[in-house]
Amino acid sequence: MTTRWIRGAAVATALAGGAAACSAPGGGEGGGGPADSVVIGVASEPDTLSPLLGYGKDGNSKIFDGLLTRDAGLRLRPALAKALPEVGDGGLTYTYTLREGVEFSDGEPLTSADVVFTYRTILDTKTNNTSRSELDAIKEVRADGDDKVVFTLKYPYAPFAGRTVLPIVPEHIAGKQDPNTGAFNTKPIGTGPYVLADWRKGEKLTFKANPTYWGGAPKVKTVTMAIVEDDDVRATRLRSGDLDGAILPPNLAATFDDDENKKTYEAKSYDLRTVTLPTAGKVTGDRAIRRALDAAVDREAMVDKILDGAGRPAYGPLPVDDPWFAKGIERGQDLAKAKRILDEGGWKPGADGIRAKGGQKAAFTLLYPSGDKVRQDHALAYASDAKKAGIDVKVESATWEVIEPRMKNTAVLAAGGSIGDPDFGLYTMLHSSLAGNGFNNMGHYDNPAVDHALDTGRRGQDEATRETAYRALQRELVKDPGYTFLTHIDHVYVLADRWQGLTTQLEPHEHGFASGPWWNLEDWQPKK
Amino acid sequence: MARLAGRRTLFAAPVLLVVTFGVFAIAAASPFDPVKAYAGTAALGADQETLDRLRANLGADQPFAERWWRWLTSALTGDLGQSSVMRQPVAQVIAERLAWSALLCAVAFAVAVLAGTLLGVLAARRPGSWLDRTVTSLAYALEAAPVFWIALLAIWLFALQLDVLPAGGLTDTASEQVSTGQVASHIVLPACVLAVSQLPWFTLYVRQGVGDALAEDPVRGARARGLDERTVLLGHALRSGLLPVLTLIGSRVPELITGALLVESVFSWPGIAAATVQAATAVDFPLLAALTTLATAAVLAGNLLADLLYGLFDPRVKLSEM
Repeated sequence: MTTRWIRGAAVATALAGGAAACSAPGGGEGGGGPADSVVIGVASEPDTLSPLLGYGKDGNSKIFDGLLTRDAGLRLRPALAKALPEVGDGGLTYTYTLREGVEFSDGEPLTSADVVFTYRTILDTKTNNTSRSELDAIKEVRADGDDKVVFTLKYPYAPFAGRTVLPIVPEHIAGKQDPNTGAFNTKPIGTGPYVLADWRKGEKLTFKANPTYWGGAPKVKTVTMAIVEDDDVRATRLRSGDLDGAILPPNLAATFDDDENKKTYEAKSYDLRTVTLPTAGKVTGDRAIRRALDAAVDREAMVDKILDGAGRPAYGPLPVDDPWFAKGIERGQDLAKAKRILDEGGWKPGADGIRAKGGQKAAFTLLYPSGDKVRQDHALAYASDAKKAGIDVKVESATWEVIEPRMKNTAVLAAGGSIGDPDFGLYTMLHSSLAGNGFNNMGHYDNPAVDHALDTGRRGQDEATRETAYRALQRELVKDPGYTFLTHIDHVYVLADRWQGLTTQLEPHEHGFASGPWWNLEDWQPKK
Repeated sequence: MARLAGRRTLFAAPVLLVVTFGVFAIAAASPFDPVKAYAGTAALGADQETLDRLRANLGADQPFAERWWRWLTSALTGDLGQSSVMRQPVAQVIAERLAWSALLCAVAFAVAVLAGTLLGVLAARRPGSWLDRTVTSLAYALEAAPVFWIALLAIWLFALQLDVLPAGGLTDTASEQVSTGQVASHIVLPACVLAVSQLPWFTLYVRQGVGDALAEDPVRGARARGLDERTVLLGHALRSGLLPVLTLIGSRVPELITGALLVESVFSWPGIAAATVQAATAVDFPLLAALTTLATAAVLAGNLLADLLYGLFDPRVKLSEM
């Protein structure tokens, strides 16, 4: 906390005094570095580089590969596996055949034993993997010869293949250590396109191209990920030529618009900002209030004003351009409708303009984590929209330690979003069986129709059944909104223009280290 | 002298015990949750079973006194335990970072003592001169300036405005090796900022000490015998005038350590500071306890050193009586 504040102050001071000096055209340095090395500024560093503890679980690890990987359109592609898995037994078994001739960067060959070791270690309750529940469906994983791996599931889990992008570690190294604290956490060995050369914690990570990579040696030979927490410092170091690229908030990225040597990339994302409306709250649990809020909120204005246009209105948990999005649920701000719903629900306007029903005022508190500017702006805009409909929302900031015990009864400005399959993000957010379970289903949402759709979507074996279920779910959420969905935020990156054909993927809530234009760094081609 | 050192070492043991116990007690009473800190952003998607399992695996469900005892007994056998937040053995965390912190502190301290002595002597030679007035008022102003503020100012001036020194890090971001030249240029700003924050104390003490000594009979006598100014100043006044500075060296160590934490944060210096902050907010007992022990030991050693130096340089002090 202190560090962040101090760095923030550093830049405030620096910018106040140094604006004149910085405005000199400084593009020359930025475009001059060699195209086979790149220095990227990111906001946070991983706690560990061991997949056994969760590193790279969604794919895109530079040091490791999973059985499968995702392409620019997030479609699953074979990686360490030769082909997509054979699904058998009504969706209960998944069989993968390994690619031949793959070696770890220490020269040892990859075998099915390494795959089995990786999954078994993560599933071991002694391993401190925070995402273990994502592999809940696995009953057993076993090797079938040196090149085949068979997963047996407890129940048919349609999106299971999407979980097997998880990186594979070498048993002959990681197997000899304590997965929680062993040296593998900081000195990883994998099959991936890059090899970790150096990690100075808190400062930077340096990667070298793996010359024997099974997918061909990458053209970009050296990659440095510099850890720069503060947004303004990252922008300053990018401008000075110290960094080649960085993730930036939209307003800072806009300052590079005139720089010919830099290109801006806006990645669409599942990164959602939403308000939880706890079922247990006297006001937030009332369906008329929930529907009125949903109608009163001006999503377009939030995208324009708060996000500088770098985002999209969220009409439900899935972003509007997702293939699973239910077309037709888009809706604008409609204050007349909001007032009508409240009138019908028995909430009558009081003398001060705030509505009330049976002595209960239409008022509640909305918490947001302190220090998060984007969430604060969303919360304030939300409160001002609600006021127009006669609902009094009191915005309060607090730390997660304070928010957590109050989540059951108090509204929270929450964020989240997982890529890959609607099941990954929606089940934990909406299923009634997970109400109040850790940070899952924070608002204790409970709707049998939604539960049914989630179960169908999870177990359904054909695409059409799943699609119908998820569309029904999104429409049900409009009728009974336990959350007010506000925006999906774009992630903005600025990068020196020395490579060609760069793309971005749809990104999850977490970003910067694995996603960004560098998601497929190993395929970059230098311009010259 | 050996007796003094021995007695102080014996005295250090209970102090360290109390300090580490206090650290465990305070950390346990803090609102921070070690499980949340361990899981980081992943905690937001984790179910209760995962969080409970982590709590049990990390031992966060045990009473702090028990954890302290277990840490202490294994630390005495040389095993400092495992840092949960760094996913590394504590000894490794410290080994990777301590050298850089020690280098920063040592350079800063040497600069502060040398520059402080020089400025103090210059000011003391002509009390009331413009040089004396400038040095003294600057020293008073710096005494009041927080170290991180000086650091920000230095970055603004030397890194951003003049562009003569790097603003942070141990080496240039793109550079792959830690070369002496790189480190030498990168240490200038942080070390000087840290030195400047310590400078006023040394300057003011030396000025006072040397000023008083110059007014004493032996010095006046030396002058009267026609010895040249150099000999008077260095041979007579400085020796007795420096005595108070020796005690100061010991007592400045704690502030040097806290100052270093702030300076490291501002300059992205890969020392022990970031680990200390993380260990505290993540309630990482083993790491926190080890770092506290180190800091306490540094303070105790600083005091011992000051006393020993005092005994060596001042014939009036008998170490056996301390």
